[in-house]
Formats: sequence, structure tokens, C-alpha cells
Amino acid sequence: MEEKKSYLSTNLQRRLRYQAVFLGLVIAAAVIVVLNINIGSVPIGVKEIARILFTRQGDVAQVNIIWRIRMPRIVTAALLGGALALSGFLLQTFFSNPIAGPFVLGISHGAKMIVALVMIYFLGKFGSMSSWALVIAAFLGSMLSTGFILLMSRKLHSMSTLLVAGIMVGYICNAVTDFVVTFAQDSDIVNLRGWSLGSFSGMSWDNVKVAALFTLVTAVAVFFMSKPIGAYQLGENYARSMGVNIKLFRIMLICLSSILSATVTAFAGPISFVGIAVPHLVKRALNTSKPIVVIPACFLGGGVFCMMSDLIARTAFAPLELNISTVTSVFGAPVVIVMMLKRQKGKSNG
Amino acid sequence: MDELYFRTSDLSVGYNGKSLIHDINFEIRRGEIVTLIGPNGSGKSTILKSITRQLKLIGGKVWVRDEELEKLDYKTLATRMAVVLTERMKPELMTCRDVVSTGRYPYTGRLGLLTAEDEDKVTAAMERVHALELADRDFDAISDGQRQRVLLARAICQEPEIIVLDEPTSYLDIRHKLELLSILRSMTKEKGITVIMSLHEIDLAQKISDKIVCVKGETISRFGSPAEVFSPQVVRDLYELEQGSFDVDFGSIELPRPAGEPRVMVLSNGGRGIGAYRQLQKADVPFSAGILYTNDMDYAVARHLAAEIIEAAPFRPLSDDALSRAEKSMDRCEAVVDAGMDVAEGNAPLARLLEKAKNERKLCTVGEYLQRIGK
Repeated sequence: MEEKKSYLSTNLQRRLRYQAVFLGLVIAAAVIVVLNINIGSVPIGVKEIARILFTRQGDVAQVNIIWRIRMPRIVTAALLGGALALSGFLLQTFFSNPIAGPFVLGISHGAKMIVALVMIYFLGKFGSMSSWALVIAAFLGSMLSTGFILLMSRKLHSMSTLLVAGIMVGYICNAVTDFVVTFAQDSDIVNLRGWSLGSFSGMSWDNVKVAALFTLVTAVAVFFMSKPIGAYQLGENYARSMGVNIKLFRIMLICLSSILSATVTAFAGPISFVGIAVPHLVKRALNTSKPIVVIPACFLGGGVFCMMSDLIARTAFAPLELNISTVTSVFGAPVVIVMMLKRQKGKSNG
Repeated sequence: MDELYFRTSDLSVGYNGKSLIHDINFEIRRGEIVTLIGPNGSGKSTILKSITRQLKLIGGKVWVRDEELEKLDYKTLATRMAVVLTERMKPELMTCRDVVSTGRYPYTGRLGLLTAEDEDKVTAAMERVHALELADRDFDAISDGQRQRVLLARAICQEPEIIVLDEPTSYLDIRHKLELLSILRSMTKEKGITVIMSLHEIDLAQKISDKIVCVKGETISRFGSPAEVFSPQVVRDLYELEQGSFDVDFGSIELPRPAGEPRVMVLSNGGRGIGAYRQLQKADVPFSAGILYTNDMDYAVARHLAAEIIEAAPFRPLSDDALSRAEKSMDRCEAVVDAGMDVAEGNAPLARLLEKAKNERKLCTVGEYLQRIGK
């Protein structure tokens, strides 16, 4: 009888572990938010931060710095970081490959290319471009790359060649973007250059609203797909035998992941490695791949990772600012390398 | 229990719209075990994939309990049919219990959370296949035999009416094969679950199945009970056996008999000659066996291995004719092996045969003979 009920204690242990991880992430998020507001060309004390955040009163210059500059940037980093991690997780599920992600598969670059083209057209014609148009352009670009990758995946059955194909797509898109940027007018270039390398700077609350709308709605939708995602982790055929409508599921997965990576690219440009490193770290920390806990943890973890990376990008060599991808690569790439080595080891043992 | 549960009518299956096997017609009653046999690449898996909706049907229909397979929605089908596939499942960070509990998928709510009742069913299913002690082990870190049991538990806790298994016994050692098949057998008896599977081991297929489907070429070459299907000729044709043979009664396979005129005569009865036959067969020495009553165990094996058999009808005195045939055979052989014989009133002439061998100094053991010829 004891053996039969042993799952209860296992479940309890698991729940405690999940709670500990989530608590850790929330605390990390809080600390990084405070640090992020605190550190900068104008340092602001923790007491002041609390006062300004909760009462919106205090020194006018400081209020402006916090509310106009630092807060939108932090919120964007958190939202887009979460979106990136989630998008990576979805692609990894879809291709059942732990190193799939929007950046590696060239999806971010596709979005970047179309955004650059549309942006130059819009700026030349109307002098401005709305956040919505940006997101839609990025989504089209994402879908373009994704569609290409899917076509390739029909021919290429090996995952490593598919990744190589994705990287090539990325290079092509990059080349086109560079070409366009080279011939763009001077005034556009300033904008495009910074953006095309990836950065969270210069976010307005209007941007944040649009980004929040897209990422949060999509994230909730993804969360409600955790049941079929869990089934799909066992393989397409098992998922079908459990009652998953595979065709519909695959379309949903690709669309949701494209919306997420498109939103990120539209506002912050392509950002590397978050999509691979964060889901991996989160799964290890939780010691499970159950989507129902991994999805929220990925979103939270991606947010923390990007806020932290942005803090470093902003402050490490201040007043110079690093590209966000420079920082995420430094932290993300080693994680991926360790992951691949471990997998190889697992293979030779098994 | 006798109602018809599953049938196919003029089914044709294949890939990419091209039909590989057509005119597939078979019927299965509830609680029956049906096994697909046939050579590698004959399309057993293609048929199984088609009836589990992994592949589109090219033509014809599949009926599950009076309903057309293609018209059932995935959810409903999931509560009726569970599968154990050949493809390697490589889930990440999942314990065996996690894998088994995915079988509850069709019954859980929007978020897939397990209720206490679900948990109990998972436990029961794991107990059923004797896998409870694996519950907390990582699914990636268990042996093939254990994995197969866990996957079967997964299928069981899906509470299906029919389970489809694609070569469930590949990679398993003999103990795990028997364990798996006896679990299947008892499930069909106790719960009336219907089983369709493919097997490589025709001996096992013969012993466990209620019906056999022979898949060969572009059609089903035979369908029926093992007794109807298994004849030496059918097995020979199905697998295009050119060498060796398959003993239908015992379900055993034998390697080809040594070719040529017999060089050794083996005298035995009551099953004591079998060891000698096998030794000679391995050394590629053609031999004659005698005098064997046709109901002797030795006779059943000699039929497959001996170059010549001197046989006699059972339950009657050994005839002079048999004796003279044996003597002639002995004259042609360079050695005679006495593998052990019971000699009594009915077969007294055998003693004379032994006497003759002694007189001619041909009598020796298998070991001695093989040493003499340098093998």
C-alpha cells in the first residue's frame, strides 16, 4: 500500500521544488528591477525609488528619469525576455530539438529584414511608423523565415542540417538588411543601426502597451496549450493517439511562437540565445519538462535574464552601451555548449 | 464477448497516396489477439499505422465497433484505442510514472491535471505490468524491457477497448517477451480488451494469437486461426525460406540439414537422439536416423535434420522390412552412434542392429567420430 501511494510524497517534493524556483525567480526579478532603477548616469537611492514608484512624488527630474526612461525600458526587457524564452520553448517542442530557437533558426533575422524594409518605406513616405505596423511587419518576416524552415524540414530530416539551414537563412536576411541600411537615408540609419543590433533603449509607454498586449495575450494562450504540448513532447504519433489534432496544433504552435518572436524583434531587434538558454535552465531548475510549470517559469526566467542582461549592457562600460545580444551571448552561449556536451555524453552512455 | 469489434473492408494502405498493400479484409471479435506476421518490409507497420490513423487510408474502410475510423474524432478514438509504437520515445526529464500518466490525457481537463482517481488508475496500470518499482526512475535510464512494460502501462491506463502494438517484443529477451505477452493475454481475458500487434517471432505468434494475418506482397496472403494458417508450406512461402525449416507443431526453427549421402547412422529412441543430431548438424555431417517410430520425439527432429530416416509405424512389432532397410543404411555409413535406446518385445530387432554395428566395429560416440574426422 505504501508503495502505491508513494507518488503523493513525490508530488509533494515536486511541488515544493516548483514553489522554490518560482519564489527564487520573483525575488531575482524584484532585486534586478530595483538595481536597474538604482544604477545609471543619475543614481537614485532605494528609498527614493520606493517613494517614486508607489506615490509618484519626489524630485521632478528623478520622477522623469524613472517613469519616462528607466521603467518603460525595464518593463520592455521583462516582457520581451519572457516572450523570447517562450518562443524558444515552443520551437524546441515543435522541432523536438533543444537547440532550436528564433535566433538560431533565422526567424528573428527574417523579422528584422522585413521590418527594415517596411520601416524605410514608411519613414520615407510618412515620416513615422506605428508600433502596430512594426509588429505586423515583424510577424510577416517571422512567418516568411518559419515557412522556409518548415519547407526545408520536409527535405532535411536531420536536425543539425536543419539548424545549419536556419543559420544560413539568418545570414541571407542579415545581408539584405545590411544592404538596405547601407542605402537608407542618414536620418533613418541612426534608428535602424541601433535597433538592428538589438537594444531595449528608447522605449516609450506606448511601445510598452503594444508589446504587453501581444506578449501577454500570446503567453496566456500558450499556457492554455500546455496539455497538448505535453502530449506532443512524447512524439507526434503518441500525441495523435491521445486525441491531439496534430495539424491544428502545429499551426497554432508556429503562429504563437512567431507572434512572440516577431514582437521581440519589432521592438528590440534580434536577441540571441535567450530562447535556448532560458528554457534549458528553467527545466533543469524545475527538474521537469511539464509545460504547465515550464511555460510560466520560462516567461518569468526570460524576463529576469533580459533585465539582468540589459542592466549589464547599460552599466558595464557606461557611458558606452553594449548591444543586448553581446551580453545575452556571453551568458547564453556557454549554457548551450554545456548542454550539447551533456547530450553527447548521454548519447554515448545510452 | 463474441461480438465483432474491429474490421477492415477492402482496405488499401501505403504512403503518399501510393498503395502498397490492398484488399485487406479481416475481422476481429472483442477480446481477441490478432497478430500480423510477415517478412521484414512486408508492410506490417504500414497496416498498423493506417489503422491507428498515423497514415491516411488509400482506400477502403476501417470499422471500430460499427463506426468508421476516419469519421471518429481524435478525442473519441483516444478513449477507444491506445498504441505502443516502435519509435523511440525520448522524453526529457520524465519519470516512468510521468510517462504512464500521459495515458490519462483523454480524460483530464483543459490543463491536463490529474485527479486522485486518475492517479489511482496510473498506479493500477503500473502494478498490472509489474512496474511500480520503476515509478520514480527517469524514463531515459531504464532498460528496453522495462521501457516496453512502462509503455504498455501507459496504453492500459488510457482505458482503451483495443490496443495496437507494433513489434512490442523487439529488443526484449526471452523472459521479457513472455512476460509482455502473458500480460496481453490476461488483459484480453479479464477485461475483454482487443489486441492487434505485429510480431517477428512466428513461434510466439502461433502460441498467443487467436487470429493470424499473413502479410506478403501486395495483399494479405492468409487470415485465420493459427491452426488454419500455420502449415509448413505457408510459413515457407511467407518468409521465402530456402534454408532451414520451421516446425509447426513445436513452433521451432531448424537450420538446414547437412547435404549429401548419410555418413553416420544414429540409433536412438525416446528423444535421446536429438543431442547427437544437433552435434552432427553443426559439424555438417549428413546422417541417417533409425529406427524411429513416427510418434517418437526423435522423429520430429530427425524430419528436419536427418538425410535419411528409417521409420516405422508405432504400436506394432518392428517389421523385418524396417530392419532390412536399416541394415542397408548401416552398410553405407562409416560409423554408427548409439545415442540410447529402449529395447523390448515390440522392437527386439533393434538389438540385432546394435549387434551388427558392434561386429563391424562401426560403433562409437559422436565425440569420437567427430574427433576421428578432425572436427
